[in-house]
Amino acid sequence: MSELSYLLMVFLVMTVATFITRLIPFVAFRNKSDHPLLMYLGSYMPPAIMTVLVIYSLKSVDLSSAPYGVNELLALSLTTLLHLWRGNALLSIFSGTLLYMAAVQLGWFV
Amino acid sequence: MSSTLSAAFRASLPVMFGYVPLGMAFGILFQNLGYDWFYAPLMGLTVYAGAAQFMAVGLLAAQASLFEVAVSTFILNSRHMFFGVSLLGRYRAKGLKKLYLIFGLTDETYSLITSTQPPVGHDEQDYYVALTGLNQGYWVTGCALGALFGANVQFDTTGMDFALTALFMVLMLDQWKKLREPYPFVVALICGFSALLFFPEQMLLVSIGLSIALLLARSRFSQVMP
Repeated sequence: MSELSYLLMVFLVMTVATFITRLIPFVAFRNKSDHPLLMYLGSYMPPAIMTVLVIYSLKSVDLSSAPYGVNELLALSLTTLLHLWRGNALLSIFSGTLLYMAAVQLGWFV
Repeated sequence: MSSTLSAAFRASLPVMFGYVPLGMAFGILFQNLGYDWFYAPLMGLTVYAGAAQFMAVGLLAAQASLFEVAVSTFILNSRHMFFGVSLLGRYRAKGLKKLYLIFGLTDETYSLITSTQPPVGHDEQDYYVALTGLNQGYWVTGCALGALFGANVQFDTTGMDFALTALFMVLMLDQWKKLREPYPFVVALICGFSALLFFPEQMLLVSIGLSIALLLARSRFSQVMP
């Protein structure tokens, strides 16, 4: 196999494997979307998954050495407070992100 | 459609600020393998899975077997199986539209689709397709920029992908405003931290799987069924 056809085969295999993981529930539970258990999961899974994703996206924060996650804590606090106060998603997200970028790039807490 | 698209664009802006720099990081890494630049965006267009694409750079460098590539991709992305379970009632589109919605189901797209809404009177399926397409567009653009310009980019994007953390936080707060019930949040917090501690490599799969099990257990033992 040439180097290029190897690369394209890898793309193909990964495309199919990824698509299958996303497709399985839609095939396995087709015509069952009004089952009470699946409706229950439909409203209770998103809050759980959102919570897990917040934790996951912070997993590389090192709490054992300087700056002890201060950048993340500050930025997330700003985002949370703004969101509880104004309820404007874009405002909350971009304020937190700008504060984070400034804190990291200017090295406020090294 | 145009105001559906602009609503989707507004909702997806934070993903743009996350996907473009992350896609660029992938493009730069991918270029180390020595292929033409357009293969990085091609991978974003076909495979379209962030973590798996980063993993693939290592597998390609090691000339891993196709079988190994298939198995490791499947395992890494297996959490996506859980996503669909809670979208069965939402994805009512048919044919190609539905296939594309399923194909493009990333963590971030799932989050936006379950937490934001189209403008009143607009077709929610079109809104979902627009969100999915815009998000993939950001990712492919990032892959291309990284592969083309690599380290020559003057603008320092360090920390920009924090937009995704902030997005998840905001969507979690929105879910709280909607549900006002601590159970799923507390369960996910406990499962999330335990998985991070004991199964750091498979954190998402373990914590999401465990959370679903505990949600189901509760629905069995109490009268919270809708």
